Amino acid sequence: MYRNRMYLEFESKSENEKFARVTVAAFVTRLNPILEELADIKTAVSEAVTNAIVHGYNGGDGTVGLECIIEDNVLTVIVEDKGVGIPDIEKAKKPLYTTKPEQDRSGMGFMFMEVFMDEMEVISQVGKGTKVIMKKAIGAK
Amino acid sequence: MEQQLTKYSISGDTMVVELTKELDHHNSVSIREEIDRQIYNGKVKNIIFDFKNTTFMDSSGVGVILGRHRILKNVGGVIAVTNVNKAVDRLFMISGLYKIVEKSSEI
Repeated sequence: MYRNRMYLEFESKSENEKFARVTVAAFVTRLNPILEELADIKTAVSEAVTNAIVHGYNGGDGTVGLECIIEDNVLTVIVEDKGVGIPDIEKAKKPLYTTKPEQDRSGMGFMFMEVFMDEMEVISQVGKGTKVIMKKAIGAK
Repeated sequence: MEQQLTKYSISGDTMVVELTKELDHHNSVSIREEIDRQIYNGKVKNIIFDFKNTTFMDSSGVGVILGRHRILKNVGGVIAVTNVNKAVDRLFMISGLYKIVEKSSEI
């Protein structure tokens, strides 16, 4: 089985949203994803990292962890923060639900992650942080 | 670093917003502020978002458009989008944005 892994940490700053999605896109290049798969992955990563920054750390200081694992043709992306956590994950996942409407959050972040990746799991503990685990098989269609 | 700017032009009561390459949370903040400043000045009733340069968008971009729609519908204004590429078009369809936003082939 082919396997590769990378892990990085960056500060909770909005300019790192682009850094994160471009990094994951570069890491997955070896699997020769088509443009649509790349766009899907970049959007999903952007959503998870934006959530960590906007919600996890409430726009303040913190460290975001980004881990990528490739096993054969399957990419796993793990985005982790040590922020406020999510009290009700099922509610947070509901399309259009947002705790920050005043910031024009659309409430579609988790929905996009679910649509664009094959699997998504959210593990969260209030006061401890949130971990989002997403998987996508490249070239599966 | 190459920093392309969002372009705003107003003609009558319609503002055309020519977006940058990427519309994410990071750069949606200033775009939102600039558009809202023009709306609250009372000049702008309709907005056309031009995506000709845009290759990436996420739910933050959807939020910008939804938020402006909420403000402008009170004054009977409309929002249109133009020159959307395939990736952006998919986001619009999945998010249901085309129910409230007109897709126009030209400005």
